[in-house]
Amino acid sequence: MERYYQPEIETAPYEQIKAWQDERLVKQVQNVWDNVPYYRKKMEEKGVTPADIKSTADLHKLPFLSKDDLRKAYPYGLMARPLSDCVRIQSTSGTTGKRVVAFYTQHDIDLWDECCARAIVAAGGTKDDVCQVSYGYGLFTGGPGLNGGSHKVGCLTIPTSSGNTERQIMFIMDLSATILCCTPSYAAYIGETMKEMGLTPDQIPLKAGIFGAEAWSEEMRQDIQNTLGIKAYDIYGLTELSGPGVSFECSEQTGMHINEDHFIAEIIDPKTGEVLPEGATGELVFTSITKEAFPLLRYRTRDICTLTRKPCSCGRTHVKMTKPQGRSDDMLIIRGVNVFPSQIETVLLNNGYPANYQIIVDRVNHTDTLDVQVEMTSEMFTDNLGEIEARQKKLVDALRSMLGLTAKVTLVAPKSIVRSEGKAVRVIDKRKI
Amino acid sequence: MSVKQISVFMENKPGTLKAMTDVLAQRGVDMRALSLAETKDFGIVRMIVDDLYEATTALKDAGFVHSLTTVLAVAIPDETGGLARVLGVLSDAEVNIEYMYAFLGGKTANQAYMIFRVQDDVAGAADALKAKGIHPLEQEEISAL
Repeated sequence: MERYYQPEIETAPYEQIKAWQDERLVKQVQNVWDNVPYYRKKMEEKGVTPADIKSTADLHKLPFLSKDDLRKAYPYGLMARPLSDCVRIQSTSGTTGKRVVAFYTQHDIDLWDECCARAIVAAGGTKDDVCQVSYGYGLFTGGPGLNGGSHKVGCLTIPTSSGNTERQIMFIMDLSATILCCTPSYAAYIGETMKEMGLTPDQIPLKAGIFGAEAWSEEMRQDIQNTLGIKAYDIYGLTELSGPGVSFECSEQTGMHINEDHFIAEIIDPKTGEVLPEGATGELVFTSITKEAFPLLRYRTRDICTLTRKPCSCGRTHVKMTKPQGRSDDMLIIRGVNVFPSQIETVLLNNGYPANYQIIVDRVNHTDTLDVQVEMTSEMFTDNLGEIEARQKKLVDALRSMLGLTAKVTLVAPKSIVRSEGKAVRVIDKRKI
Repeated sequence: MSVKQISVFMENKPGTLKAMTDVLAQRGVDMRALSLAETKDFGIVRMIVDDLYEATTALKDAGFVHSLTTVLAVAIPDETGGLARVLGVLSDAEVNIEYMYAFLGGKTANQAYMIFRVQDDVAGAADALKAKGIHPLEQEEISAL
């Protein structure tokens, strides 16, 4: 039988969800108007006042917020509460190196934890489970989010964070972990390592996995499920809105239920900004109606997906979104980390490299690889191998400090990177997702 | 008393070396000595050629990144201890060798040639050799081989 963390909310009739959204939206718009001068100015420029927003039907009148707004308003410009009311920040990378910093009151953290708890229960979690959180802890929202959700459910939580795969496996086996939370690529890696160690699915105590923060295919899901002997569930979220748990998969595994009591979802045409009807594919836009410290109205996620209200066999009534099928900007998600080509370009230019480069992203053994190819120039070339290698290493270090992940730097022959007539082809994404 | 070595950047991918040798062959450049230094993902070809001007022009036209390095070329009698004697002279003069490579042949059948890349003072190293009666080759002599 399907179980819910908050059945009265998760299975509420649509009219009830709509009523919550209407009421909370009106309040939130007033709150933002009163407390966030940055957004108030945007509303004034569009000629909208709180009086114009009487229900979700008026949502389309509000101006959008983008990652660029977050950069301009960095760090405090979009806060609706004084810092003294906040208890935490989380952060993710921004478009040009400036990070996105999101603020949370204790209330915000509680609601976020509840969203993650819903995901864990939907994956079959109860207080009798042992939940290993192998997402990174720290500024990244993965670890803290699922950790909080696991506590709410009452699971015994193992906060291993990411990395040190041998230790991960030791805890799974020795403490009989039943739920694993991490990125899908890390789950695949843990699975393969266990297989190499001779562990068969029936020897592995895990029964479910909650995997998100990066795109993964249905084939990858099957692989992970088979190697670990589990059911693998997708989870979606972004730091700007709280973190993982904005939406999550249920037993049907055909899309993720958006927590609509907290987030209003819209699908828009990324070019015109026009709101598209249910079932259309377009850019996902969110309005956070319960956030206190960092409420974003009509935030453009740049994720391309589809929404559906078709009744779900799990009994949940909240709208379902498909896995994001792409992006309407050039952001790459590599091993769960947001990467903008512009960040890589900044590092190259700052280190004296020419702007002739290409970024090759691939997935080898379920793990994303990032290869930055740079053309060798006469200025850079020397007969001394050591000097060239030292230069390469310096670039790898600079990229790591900007992106937070390790890239491979390959020196290629001059003029070997194809020049295009118009916009340069900077990114080749070979991943089949 | 010294010769110029051409160093060429080689992207690590099949056919790069062949493309370079084709370019040189088309211009009638003859290689006297050649060595390849490599890392995991790129390499450097080091070579001594008969015609420096033709070679560098050909490489430039074909878009190969390259540079010139001054090295010492020394004729060594093809006999036991021949190399040891030359190295002994350089060692006594405290010359540090970065790398070296050999080539055989030329018109004098019983001689081998050694290319030395030394740190810092190339002229000093050449003088040390000459003082012991060892003759470092000039560019023209390489061309004439």
